[in-house]
Amino acid sequence: MTAQDVVFALLGVIAIGSALLVVTTRNVVRAALWLVVTFGAVAGCYLVLTAELIAWVQVLIYLGAIVVLLLFGVMLTRAPIGPSDQLDSGNRPLALVVALATAATLVTLLLQAFHSSFVTLDRPGTAKVLGASIFRTWVLPFEILSVLLLAALIGAITLARPSVGAAGSR
Amino acid sequence: MHLVLPVVLAAVLFSIGVYGVLARRNAVLVLMSVELMLNAVNINLVAFDVWLRDSLHSGQTFALFVIALAAGEVGVGLAIVLQAFRLRATVAIDQLDDLTEPPAEPSADRPGHSEPAR
Repeated sequence: MTAQDVVFALLGVIAIGSALLVVTTRNVVRAALWLVVTFGAVAGCYLVLTAELIAWVQVLIYLGAIVVLLLFGVMLTRAPIGPSDQLDSGNRPLALVVALATAATLVTLLLQAFHSSFVTLDRPGTAKVLGASIFRTWVLPFEILSVLLLAALIGAITLARPSVGAAGSR
Repeated sequence: MHLVLPVVLAAVLFSIGVYGVLARRNAVLVLMSVELMLNAVNINLVAFDVWLRDSLHSGQTFALFVIALAAGEVGVGLAIVLQAFRLRATVAIDQLDDLTEPPAEPSADRPGHSEPAR
């Protein structure tokens, strides 16, 4: 049990606890704010795993962009700002059974598979190597991904225009 | 460091996301649960990348790609949710049921009028 184990376990407990609050809270805005805590803890986990570029990209994109986008979605759909009982559908027991079965299966399998595997975290940082790897080896997927992001942007704008729903208004 | 820790954290986060997707009724909350599941996948990718000591860092590169895909997914998803709210005035996903079959029709005349004139 090294110090890295302890720090990672603490961050993991924070992430799991706030993720549980995200899916169980009765307040939509608080769910989005607990999501910030989850993403921040996961970014800390990336830092412990020496993936600092992923950690800061997580902070920038997830905490900075996606949570703000989700909060905009909450406000534009006029979700109840206070506590509400309408956030959960009727299949909560079924969902609980499915989620517990998934967790039990995966955790049992992974514990048996990796109980004696160890990660050596001796390389200090990987941003330089990762940047070189992206722009040399993985440059074609990177460009395709930028095209896909452009397509998603255009698709989102097209979908969100008010005139799409009203047929024949243009 | 034990590899079990990040892998189990990812499995538990994924299961929490599964619960959220199945149990939540508000479409924006369902999108938040999907983001939880994508984060769990990213933890796995980074952990195995560090464990395998990949010189090309394909795991971390793929984690970056998944983050970009998640950004695109949440943008398009929220646009769809906003459009559904504009058309139906609700984002409760159990009320957006235009594509379900009618529950208790008498089955004698079903094949005849599968396309009602509107």
